[in-house]
Amino acid sequence: MPQILMPALSPTMEEGKLSKWLVKVGDTVKSGDVLAEIETDKATMEVESVDEGVVKELLIAEGTEGVLVNTPIALVLAEGETAEAAPVAKTAPEPSEAPVVAAEKAAEAAPSQAAVPAAPKFEAQSDPDLPEGVEMVEMTVRQALNEAMAEELRRDKDVFVMGEEVAEYQGAYKITQNLLQEFGPQRIIDTPITEHGFAGLAVGAAFAGLKPIVEFMTWNFAMQAIDQIINSAAKQLYMSGGQVKAPMVFRGPNGAAARVGAQHSQDYSAWYSHVPGLTVIAPYSAADAKGLLKAAIRSPNPVVFLENEILYGSTGLVPKVDDFVLPIGKARIARKGADVTIVSFSMGMRYATQATEKLVAAGVDVELIDLRTLRPMDSDTVIASVKKTGRLVTVEEGWPQGGIGSELSARVMEQAFDYLDAPVMRVTGKDVPMPYAANLEKLALPNVDEVIAAVNAVTYRS
Amino acid sequence: MARKAVATKAKTQSNVPQFTTDQDREAYREMLLIRRFEEKAGQMYGMGLIGGFCHLYIGQEAVVTGITMASEKGKDAQITGYRDHGHMLVMGLDPKGVMAELTGRQGGLSRGKGGSMHMFSNEHKFYGGNGIVGAQVSLGTGLAFAAKYKGDGSVSLAYFGDGAANQGQVYESFNMAKLWNLPVVFIIENNKYAMGTSIERAAATTDFSMRGASFDIPGEQVDGMDVRMVYDAAKRAIEHARSGKGPFILEMLTYRYRGHSMSDPAKYRSKDEVTKYRQERDPIEQVRARLLESGAESEESLKDIENDIRAVVTAAADFATNDPEPDASELWTDITISA
Repeated sequence: MPQILMPALSPTMEEGKLSKWLVKVGDTVKSGDVLAEIETDKATMEVESVDEGVVKELLIAEGTEGVLVNTPIALVLAEGETAEAAPVAKTAPEPSEAPVVAAEKAAEAAPSQAAVPAAPKFEAQSDPDLPEGVEMVEMTVRQALNEAMAEELRRDKDVFVMGEEVAEYQGAYKITQNLLQEFGPQRIIDTPITEHGFAGLAVGAAFAGLKPIVEFMTWNFAMQAIDQIINSAAKQLYMSGGQVKAPMVFRGPNGAAARVGAQHSQDYSAWYSHVPGLTVIAPYSAADAKGLLKAAIRSPNPVVFLENEILYGSTGLVPKVDDFVLPIGKARIARKGADVTIVSFSMGMRYATQATEKLVAAGVDVELIDLRTLRPMDSDTVIASVKKTGRLVTVEEGWPQGGIGSELSARVMEQAFDYLDAPVMRVTGKDVPMPYAANLEKLALPNVDEVIAAVNAVTYRS
Repeated sequence: MARKAVATKAKTQSNVPQFTTDQDREAYREMLLIRRFEEKAGQMYGMGLIGGFCHLYIGQEAVVTGITMASEKGKDAQITGYRDHGHMLVMGLDPKGVMAELTGRQGGLSRGKGGSMHMFSNEHKFYGGNGIVGAQVSLGTGLAFAAKYKGDGSVSLAYFGDGAANQGQVYESFNMAKLWNLPVVFIIENNKYAMGTSIERAAATTDFSMRGASFDIPGEQVDGMDVRMVYDAAKRAIEHARSGKGPFILEMLTYRYRGHSMSDPAKYRSKDEVTKYRQERDPIEQVRARLLESGAESEESLKDIENDIRAVVTAAADFATNDPEPDASELWTDITISA
């Protein structure tokens, strides 16, 4: 290309000053030789020669301001080229046109001008049918999670567990109890206290084909690792054009425990549910804990699995089947009803369930929905319910601004506005860091009475 | 007891390892391909065909070339930060695919969805292409973890800069890498400047080969402008890692001729410094001089090589200019995998 064009230093640069020529007519230049210096208000840059040749003509005088990007600034004749032949490029159109053509082409296809294609709709599967008369076993959420991991570790040699105190200590909350004994130290791995590092290490291992289960002692500590979870795990498939996968689970207790203060009592549901590329699951019941953790471990995607310390000891009935796997992305209707919809998940379900019992006793026919998965969120189930009841109350432990309740509220507004008989009400944790004092902590968390009050408000009962 | 974590100073010219003519030829070709490719990328950036950030590898070619020559291609994994074009070219990824990714076209290695900093190849075991400074060190340690877990005998080669060497997760990774004796070679490409901040202004200690000392990871400082030195040190470091002795740190003393990215004020270092490196230490000129001196190549035969490489780069640039942008439907693909 005989013409040297005014380069752009950044995609936003439109013009600059040609401050200095470092070659003169007749000079022989080769690749990498500095031809000129250009300047903008932000930076200076050296214009290097890409080809070899002889400087035939300097088209813009030194010191000229406002030289437009892609303006020819010099003529360099390659070996064998003649002055006459120079302006006419060998094959392509006029060299000076090339970038313009390219720019136009780019503009034609620019996303701002093209219609945004519709997002594909996620279709969740229904829960599997259980065999007639299946035995239901009572177990704690803790046992359910432990069984899920043990079964998947038996099933797939690429699955391993890593985290702080998961092996010899048997798990800070005993979720990994006995796994070391059965699977050995190669697969149940105690890490140093180094969340950022071991989260990144696990993502790298997943890139290479393993299926890590990363236990965070609590999700509060995972804030140190959130860069690796989002920037490395969640975005990898997209950034690689579908090539590199991160099949892995990040799990641990999320939200408030009891009396552990502000830094150890935070609900990350809304944070992770914000991120495309992640799957986010927050179960309440023992059965869901088991069936969804097994699904998470088998998922080819990075899964954030939010447990709750207070729920670890709660019991529930889990079907005794060989391989109990639940569908990701499907909400569970915990109680069918016609008067009002309450939507919650994880610990919020405890308040919602207790409130529902009282409300039903008082004659309110509540429909209670447990989201179970926060991303992809099962809008269909919620919308169908709200179309029936005309009223929605959401319950979560997290902060109100930008919370799961806010998201549900927006979706209902967009998709079922005409069906609403009352504004959507959110019951959330208060908009404060978690206090330590027992009375203040109680005030900061949502409670059963607040759920009842919200239902009364949307049903216009006093 | 002798300390194992000993940093060895760069070898001097008196005991420099020798290359065969074939090795010199290979190194020359690979480095020249990077140089010409990057010059073209810089030009296309200037023309507005490449957007966003574009970090060129010009000046540092000997590092990735020498290390890759010492590694087992297709077996050993490599991972780096955002200055990644050279790594991909030497590892054998298609220059057309790399350039088309730079221009954001459908034929790009990431189908136009990654850009300069995000390209990958499972086939070549190249894991990017990572834009967050230091993240690739933990990820690269994880590649080594997987190698040990699977027992496949591969080594992970994790590159990062002198800037990244001050990130916390680097030391978390060093600790785990040595604790579990993972097969990883940490390659610190010390080009003296983290963006515009010189190592003296950013690091309390500037001998990065010693950064593993408190974890008992041996380190070595290497003249990263001489591909023979790089190769020689990498051979030993990779062998160390592959044999089960755990991680090794190679500090490559190198230099980038261009700015940190295309938009660089270039006010933080003197022109003389840049010129001195280009004229006296250039990695490609060193090999070129040897090939001519030994009579293995002539000016004419080197010109042929040059023309071959120019043709490859021109073809890549043409492809990357004419290939269409990704279809609008690609907006919604590759976010998650349907189970």
